[in-house]
Amino acid sequence: MSTTIESHPQSAPVRRPLWRRLVGFNLLSAVILGVAGYYLGWFVGHQVSSGKSFEFFSATDENDVALLLAYLFGVAGFLIGLGFANYPVSRLLGKPASLREKEDEGIGRYFGLCTDHKVVGMQYLVGIGLFFFIAGLNAMLIRTELLHDTPTTIAPNQYLSLVGMHGAMMMGMMTSGILGPFANYFVPIMIGARRMAFPRIEALTFWLLMAAGFILTSTIFFGGFPTGWTGYEPLNDQAVMGMDSYIVFFALVGVSMCLLGLNMIATIITMRAPGLTWSRLPIFVWSVLATSVLMVLSAPMLIAALAMAALDRTVDTSFFVAGAGGSPYLFENLFWFFGHPEVYILALPGFGIVLELLPVFTRKPLWGYRLAVSGMLGVSLLSFFVWQHHLFVSGINADLRPFYMLSTEIISIPTGFIFLCVMGTLWKSRTSFSVPMLFCLGWTFNFLIGGLSGVFLSDTPSDTDTHGSFFVMAHFHYTIMGGLIFTFFAAIYYWVPKMTGLRFNERLSKWHFWLMFVSFNSTFLPLFVLGMKGMPRRVSSYAPNLHALNVWVSISAFVLGFSMLIFLANAVWSLVIVRVPALANPWRSKSLEWQLPTPVPVNNFEQIPVIDSDPYDYGTPSGIAGGGIEPAAAGT
Amino acid sequence: MAKKVMGIGVAVIAAATLIALYVASWATSFPKTVAASSASTTAGVSTHLTLQTVAAVGPKYSPEHPDWVSYLVQSHGKWIHSTDFKVPASSDVQITVLQYDGDSGLRNPFLSEVQGTVGKTETVDGKTINAIDPEEASHTFAVPELGILVALPGVAEEAKNQCEFAPCTMAEAHRTITFTIHTGKKGRYHWQCFVPCAAGFLTGGGGPMQTLGYMDGFLDVV
Amino acid sequence: MAEPNHARRFTILWVVASLIATPLVIVLLGPILPPGNGSAQASGHVTDNTVLLAMATPVLLLVVLYLIYAVIVFRQPKGGALEGPAVRGDQRLQTWWIVVTSLLVLSLAAYGTVRLEQDGAGSGGGPSPVAVPGGKKLQVQVIAQQWEFTYRFPEYGGVEVPHLELPVDQMVELHVTSLDVIHSFWAYQLGVKADANPNVDNVVFVKPTHEQTFEVRCAELCGIWHGAMFDHGHVVSQAAFNAWIAQQQTEYAAATKSLPPYSKTYLPEPTRRAE
Repeated sequence: MSTTIESHPQSAPVRRPLWRRLVGFNLLSAVILGVAGYYLGWFVGHQVSSGKSFEFFSATDENDVALLLAYLFGVAGFLIGLGFANYPVSRLLGKPASLREKEDEGIGRYFGLCTDHKVVGMQYLVGIGLFFFIAGLNAMLIRTELLHDTPTTIAPNQYLSLVGMHGAMMMGMMTSGILGPFANYFVPIMIGARRMAFPRIEALTFWLLMAAGFILTSTIFFGGFPTGWTGYEPLNDQAVMGMDSYIVFFALVGVSMCLLGLNMIATIITMRAPGLTWSRLPIFVWSVLATSVLMVLSAPMLIAALAMAALDRTVDTSFFVAGAGGSPYLFENLFWFFGHPEVYILALPGFGIVLELLPVFTRKPLWGYRLAVSGMLGVSLLSFFVWQHHLFVSGINADLRPFYMLSTEIISIPTGFIFLCVMGTLWKSRTSFSVPMLFCLGWTFNFLIGGLSGVFLSDTPSDTDTHGSFFVMAHFHYTIMGGLIFTFFAAIYYWVPKMTGLRFNERLSKWHFWLMFVSFNSTFLPLFVLGMKGMPRRVSSYAPNLHALNVWVSISAFVLGFSMLIFLANAVWSLVIVRVPALANPWRSKSLEWQLPTPVPVNNFEQIPVIDSDPYDYGTPSGIAGGGIEPAAAGT
Repeated sequence: MAKKVMGIGVAVIAAATLIALYVASWATSFPKTVAASSASTTAGVSTHLTLQTVAAVGPKYSPEHPDWVSYLVQSHGKWIHSTDFKVPASSDVQITVLQYDGDSGLRNPFLSEVQGTVGKTETVDGKTINAIDPEEASHTFAVPELGILVALPGVAEEAKNQCEFAPCTMAEAHRTITFTIHTGKKGRYHWQCFVPCAAGFLTGGGGPMQTLGYMDGFLDVV
Repeated sequence: MAEPNHARRFTILWVVASLIATPLVIVLLGPILPPGNGSAQASGHVTDNTVLLAMATPVLLLVVLYLIYAVIVFRQPKGGALEGPAVRGDQRLQTWWIVVTSLLVLSLAAYGTVRLEQDGAGSGGGPSPVAVPGGKKLQVQVIAQQWEFTYRFPEYGGVEVPHLELPVDQMVELHVTSLDVIHSFWAYQLGVKADANPNVDNVVFVKPTHEQTFEVRCAELCGIWHGAMFDHGHVVSQAAFNAWIAQQQTEYAAATKSLPPYSKTYLPEPTRRAE
């Protein structure tokens, strides 16, 4: 099927004067219009809320209506400035359809609206990397305070804001951590397509996320927020204006997630190349599909919950106010109905990355392809049935608890499938320990610990002691950081040579991995002990007998932070300073993206390929049909 | 080309450092610590801490939150907008609170009985009592970790010459409340108000009730 | 050189390691597992944690030993470009895996349910808990507010006290509620945790088994002093408890007069935004 593709011949660029290049729909006008929108919204908000029913704003010296409208108008101005309104308006005016925008403009296209999915992938990588770095610095500040057992260095309110910013930024940004950069870049290529189904929406999801991240950091100008990343009511309602930054941040993240998932589903279902049946789909693409379904279905719940919270804070509704007929339980349930699929949104892409990379470095086909797919889809489906395990001690209907204990225990069955597939692929392999492979092995160890600790938490009697303690922190850091983030780096080391055509420095890469793996475990393993010894979450005062352990954890955390600096140094050294070219297929991968030249051409394929097998055609036929375990007689 | 990249790199690092310094200074900002004043008398050393509570702290002390209730502390004759106090260990500290704010009432009337002071009493306008009417509570001075809880009754609603913004003077309507606490060993304890006095916030518990320098602070026993 | 039988080797390695490690874990770690034996519920948790740990040990060993084995044995020789066997699965192994993991997981869920439904296992069971132990229960209400726990005894004139003392060997029925935001009452040594929700009566049962000091911490973020919201309680003899409660009733007589009548939940003013 051929689509109408406008051709933009690569002619020698005529150097326009600087002012001419700056005028137009780009990042500069986006910032200008965003600031203008912010002040307009602030003004409108004050006008709208000057009535008698808003009297409480004069007593609180704050105006949540003004801030919310300021943020929303600001985001609208920002997106208009980037040019997102141009196409809808031009179509409304009867102009012809077009698919592409700004795809040939040199480095400038990375700083604005560009419909080339490869550019969006690169934008995501840098943008998410930036916020990951910021959230990581927040964590360093948190661990600095925890060197003392009373609030010493960091004031308690600022500490809670740092905790909340760290959590919210990580959760909001890293949900798109793999899908944003790598799915956007490689899913169309892996399925033999020239683009995503909705290229402009793809670009929109990125810029929404960037606006959201900026809004979250602006909370420090409005007093921060005291609720942590979960935003529980009614503390949420009580909080000062900085809470609105969190609300708008997460709402925008929710919209971004929903659209990203939608785009992926549409692309994967409708744009596969001829011959690419479901049973030949790369396992990474399956994980993207499973994740996207979760994104599309769970993000709206979050947006709804946040909208209600915003209404409680502005027009004084009482969704969550116990004294006026509302219920804090409602928020907990709405939030976790989103929140639990959310953590599987974080875990599933990691599964996909590991299973995608393992065959390349073990030189064997993926073992148990169907089992892996059922595992991912099983996790995806079951993730909607477990959320009340976050509420075991909250006083929910006691008859419900055995059900959620059962469903949570059951979800570990499909998770176990992934481990069997990993182990099966490693069986009798010829493994080379490249840096991406090291990160995959690190994932296996870390997610094992994280997953097993989850079994403890799913057991209600055991959860009684560990809920709301550092044990939970250790559990989710092992699954999310030890899981997702390790695969995030695996994906970077694996795919950046294709995305940029440049090699990473091998020594710095290995240093990064080993230092990160050792310091990660040194930081988070003791947290299980701290939790079991009675340290609650989100505190800056703790029992004096836990002091030594906290100091150990903080120092390990600083080393972990240092390992990230090594990665940064590696990235700058390899990609900016030295720039050694990489081979077109350094890993000798049989996957479709590695058969293309570097840099990947704008339209990906000259001719849409016809697929005749899955990308796991590794290995020599060993003469042993069907089984993977040798009968005792034959092997000797 | 390399120079351009270097230039961008240096600019980025400079910007990032400035932002990091700003964030670090925001995170580590505590109210200024004010020491209780000690005076030598024939009976020994006596330590005093004089506080005032106001209904609205005013634009002079808090341009960003002029309508918030607040404590202020007296230091060398001047009123300072701080809630971080330093007192000596193992001593009796006499605390005087000049209460200029009206009442809001206690959400938990249990907190109307004086706890943890010397004699388990407080003196309000000269009269020594061991509990107040919970409806009359305006603020409390409480150090939960040391078991200290003193409910402070408020100025009557119809009183004349009420104070508008801090600092309030003795000529304006107020109640004088004194009590003595005995400090034990060294430590850093938090103190807080338990009355829902944060106007406009849910259950009266947000804003100034959760911000250092207004209705919460630290007691450094050194 | 003939290829060794990796499957047999590894299976033996794993089985032997599990047979050594699991009893060691049960015997050495079991007794020292948190939260200790301060109450019947806490001891129950120690048992549950021991069971979970015993079941997790072979699983942990399976994957970790396998990783180590694979990393050492299944390598690409230096400078080599060999391929592994093109094996895509093993139906029998997959079926066995599904069956065994399902059985393991379902038995854990059943075990947990049984333990939970005996007496609630020290976790807040809401206003109508399913597992109610029999016999006389001392009624204690835990009132959480920003940022202190207070305790009310309806059977002793509704007196409210700032620190908790409980008699030993007596089943206690705790009613946990909040006056403002969500808190959580966590008595560590007693193995009790129940969220304090405004306008909700969260019931939890605990029977302390020996005299001790226990630590109470707030386990749900409730604002600026969440970390400072901790307290110490004591478990004392019945006689000491009787003396203590009588003394508290005298000491807090003035406050008790101003308290509202005892009720399962309270909605004190202001219930919405303060004027």
